[in-house]
Amino acid sequence: MTVAPATKAAAPNVLVRYSPLLIHALAWEAAARLHLVSSLALPPLTDVVQAWVELVASGELVSNGLSSLYRAGAGLALAIAVGSALGIFMAISRPVNAMLGPLVELFYPMPKSALIPVTVLWLGFGDGSKILLIFLGCMLPVTIGAYNGARGSDQHLIWSARSMGARGPRMIWDVVVPSALPELLNGVRTALALSFILLVSSELIVARQGLGNLIGYLGANGSYEAMFAVVLTVAFIGFLADRVYQAVVERALRWRE
Amino acid sequence: MTDTVRRFAWGAARLAPIIVLLAAWEMFARSGAVTPFMLPALSAVAERIYDDAAGGDLFLNIGVTVYRALAGFAIAAVGGVVLGAAMARNRAARWFFDPVISVGFPMPKIAFLPVIILWLGLYDVSKITMVVLDAIFPVVTATVAGIASVEKELVWTARNMGAKNRELLWQILLPAALPQILTGLQVALPIALIVVVVTEMQMGGYGLGGAMMQASRFANSRGVFAGIVEIAVIGYALVAAMAWLRRRLLAWHQEAQGATGV
Repeated sequence: MTVAPATKAAAPNVLVRYSPLLIHALAWEAAARLHLVSSLALPPLTDVVQAWVELVASGELVSNGLSSLYRAGAGLALAIAVGSALGIFMAISRPVNAMLGPLVELFYPMPKSALIPVTVLWLGFGDGSKILLIFLGCMLPVTIGAYNGARGSDQHLIWSARSMGARGPRMIWDVVVPSALPELLNGVRTALALSFILLVSSELIVARQGLGNLIGYLGANGSYEAMFAVVLTVAFIGFLADRVYQAVVERALRWRE
Repeated sequence: MTDTVRRFAWGAARLAPIIVLLAAWEMFARSGAVTPFMLPALSAVAERIYDDAAGGDLFLNIGVTVYRALAGFAIAAVGGVVLGAAMARNRAARWFFDPVISVGFPMPKIAFLPVIILWLGLYDVSKITMVVLDAIFPVVTATVAGIASVEKELVWTARNMGAKNRELLWQILLPAALPQILTGLQVALPIALIVVVVTEMQMGGYGLGGAMMQASRFANSRGVFAGIVEIAVIGYALVAAMAWLRRRLLAWHQEAQGATGV
């Protein structure tokens, strides 16, 4: 999302554009150093950076981070695979749509965080329950994106593909999927954001490992510098994932221009 | 008459998969393939919901959860539109807030939950703050985009007829941007519900999320499944209410006149 007028991203422009963030960082440091706020409530930014370096050096941040990324990645991959297949079949088959449409409509508005205790009930405190939660929580946005995209695919394309002898899976893969792609990928972006929310929430509430768990653990121990360091790391990974995803999508959709 | 019959038949056809799912739940749970702990029968869950309702706890929990979600959502809606309008109309505001919004939007704000608890404690204030923090971003971006896409001719015409800044905003820009603002609100509402449930689970106390977590701690799976059903119903009702509100507010807009269902 960019609200600022398009600029020919020169380095000074980037600096000017992001200078408000720098101002925030300076204000944070100043407020903490001048004891305007308790250093318990807001440790100085430099201390947080130091705590971050220590967390990386001890390997805690990396091992928990990898375990979180594995959970989010596995859940999201399943959600994308199953979700897009469901959406495309709903779009090309009336019976499938009649069967699944009402269920999708029923479950889509459900706040997915309600599933946290159930996945724990089924699969315990480990990786399995997080992967299941992210899979279930992220599937429907992908399904709806794929459905809308595939339903909007040009009927003439499908007819001409049919007349040239394309059938079944071949036709779906070559004609329906490419035309569904933009909306499908939009659904995946929503799912990506959701996966981080669900991952962190479930790890905060019930987990033995992962970044969310590390945040809760550090907070309970009163090591607030380290807690802030992990919180900012999680926030940054979420931001980075979104930007990387958008860059990849832009490349993937270049053929449409 | 035939029209009503047809509509009724159509509604029944759409309900069929849901009834089949509920029946399958009941039969699967009773078949003995899974323990009642893993999946309590639908009838047992319904009984539990009935007991909660008879005891009054259900309505207290629903009331508390809906209050927190809607209070946070309302603050995010008003704050988001104000901030978005300021960013769309004022260069300094845009310079200052644009990087904050574009960096903050994709961040998982839920990670800040322990920080917010540290600052604001375990009660309603921190839960509502958390909802606002998560729900405000889609509203701001939708408002900025909505106002930016208002046709220039419309603005010029209003100016020509002597509209002041305030009149321009209230009578031209906001109404013209309303469809997009409402879309932003429709994105923000489910987020608000997700977040309110998470904060309640984390902090405990009254509320549907807290009640679910309580049941989960005591390995009371009927309570957990009752919570899921309750939260799903509340979520469905609020999202449907929002869609209804959109149709009402945009009755004048061409999108409503086309009158095509999904």
